[in-house]
Amino acid sequence: MTTSTTGGPPAADLDERRAGTSTARFVAGKAGGALASLVFVMVLGFLLFRMIPGDPVATMTRDRPTSPEQLAQLRERLGVDEPLWRQFLDYALGLLSGDLGTSYLYNRPVATMIGERLWPTVLLVGTATVLAVALGMWLGIRAAWKRDSAFDRVHTGVALTLWSVPQFWLGLLLLIATQGLFPSRGMRSPDLPEGFLAQTLDVAWHLTLPCVTLLAVIYAQYMLVMRSSLLEEMGSEYLTTARAKGLRDDLVRRRHAVPNALLPAVTLVFLQFGMVVSGTVTVEAVFSWPGLGLLTYDALRGPDLPLLQGVFVVLAGSVIVMNLLAELLYRVLDPRVRAA
Amino acid sequence: MTSPAWQRRRTAATDLWREFRGNRGGLAGLCVLAAIVVLAVLAPLITDESGLDVISATGTPLQPPSGEYWLGTDVDGRSVLLLTFWGARVSLLVGFAATVLSVFIGTLVGIVAAHFQGWPSAVLLRVTDFFLVLPSLVLAIALSSVLTKGIWTIVLAIGVTSWPSTARLVRAQTLTIESRPYIERAKALGGGHAHLIGKHVLPAVLPLVLANTTLVVGSSIIAESTLSFLGLGDPTSVSWGSMLQTALSSGAVTAGAWWYLLPPGLAIVVIVLSFTLVGRALETVLNPRLKAGR
Repeated sequence: MTTSTTGGPPAADLDERRAGTSTARFVAGKAGGALASLVFVMVLGFLLFRMIPGDPVATMTRDRPTSPEQLAQLRERLGVDEPLWRQFLDYALGLLSGDLGTSYLYNRPVATMIGERLWPTVLLVGTATVLAVALGMWLGIRAAWKRDSAFDRVHTGVALTLWSVPQFWLGLLLLIATQGLFPSRGMRSPDLPEGFLAQTLDVAWHLTLPCVTLLAVIYAQYMLVMRSSLLEEMGSEYLTTARAKGLRDDLVRRRHAVPNALLPAVTLVFLQFGMVVSGTVTVEAVFSWPGLGLLTYDALRGPDLPLLQGVFVVLAGSVIVMNLLAELLYRVLDPRVRAA
Repeated sequence: MTSPAWQRRRTAATDLWREFRGNRGGLAGLCVLAAIVVLAVLAPLITDESGLDVISATGTPLQPPSGEYWLGTDVDGRSVLLLTFWGARVSLLVGFAATVLSVFIGTLVGIVAAHFQGWPSAVLLRVTDFFLVLPSLVLAIALSSVLTKGIWTIVLAIGVTSWPSTARLVRAQTLTIESRPYIERAKALGGGHAHLIGKHVLPAVLPLVLANTTLVVGSSIIAESTLSFLGLGDPTSVSWGSMLQTALSSGAVTAGAWWYLLPPGLAIVVIVLSFTLVGRALETVLNPRLKAGR
């Protein structure tokens, strides 16, 4: 920045190149951090599901009668009689080649099961997040701009209340309140209608309740952050300047205040991804939505440790990737961070 | 203890209390909480515990509210009012115990990460960030599914997964305090780590930790109900989460038994909302930046 003012074109060129290497270093640093976190998730998955249970086979079969042969077979398949370092090596190499082991309850490859269940969860989480962000930010901006107005009080109150509501309970309430209006379970009707449009509508019909449940709890977070973020900007002098120029209130808000306040809220979308993922577990359990959350819920009955391990690694891994995206995005959006 | 430092702190506390009283939401939350805690502690004295026993249940299953059972009966013919009453004990116990664990770990990690320089603090910070982004509920589910079922497993699962936000907060606060001149003075006079942390950092950090704690209790109670709802709670005791689990798995929800669904859920909402209100009020009182806008 400083060199470009003193020198001609060569200095500006140099400056640009320097900015380029610093960006590369920044990206490499963040990617390295994320990679370390992924390795940590891998180790944690092993610790949780192999080492803490002591004897995973005993944990999995604690609630059901099992014959000695079955036990021996299970021990053989999981390799629990091998030394721990050997088990960890097998697990890590399997994970790197996409092999997450075999489910104990369903006797199928865990990776295949997760692959089948991934898209329903992506659909649910994606729809709910987009709607929650739009709604939360809109309400947050309106509430902060007219601080302590009736609108602000009512919506902050509603958001705080919804924030205190356990997601699954809200889901159960909606189920009981809309008895019969919406399907209570699954993602498609048993007698699937013909045609693409009809099928899409059918999925949307099934999606309504789970999506509203998830939306209701997560929009509150976006709204409250957007509100407090805009409130922090409200005292700024550049807003007084904008008003002094004679800009309409609406323009001051849209062009000057909101863009500056948007940053924390945008990164929050990605940072809250872990919370949204947590929420899907219970919401999917309530509505039997055939995603990763329901898979977790079903796996708990065993407990099916290989399946739980697989879901844990996949969920935690995707949260870390989303977080990396948030950090990169923040740099693109905020010139102050870029300059630093 | 009438040293000037303590006198100053007592005056500060009185001032804070006066400001806190001015916040209507926070005061209302505090009153509701006090009432609930007193009722939960007195439960064995004012109600009959034998009503919780499935075998000696007197009512018919899934009866709507009536004069005899104000909130109706559950699938086993037990009074929903009594179950909700007793559920408060488990929820509060787990909520408080998990919070103590979580806040303890968080404060310790936060202060150590800020006070000591070099690689230990870098490692701690890295670990904190790692756990901060990880979906804590998924981690808690994993932990409680591999350990023996019981109340203390739930406490452990929530406590060891929810500390990172406290750690970040305490670290930031410790850094601001340690940059002040009086800390430098204490160092120059030969104050060791224990003296600096115990006499200067901790007292200054604690008020903020307190505000944070009330918020953590709320989320711990939600986490407890979620874990119980997923069938990971203590099978021998009644909690709000386990009531809701039975309501769904026994088909009472699809049968339209709203009286079974509303009380435990509303209880969670009221108690968590109260903690949130108190926490936000404390934050407003303690954080000068938020106050300035008023």
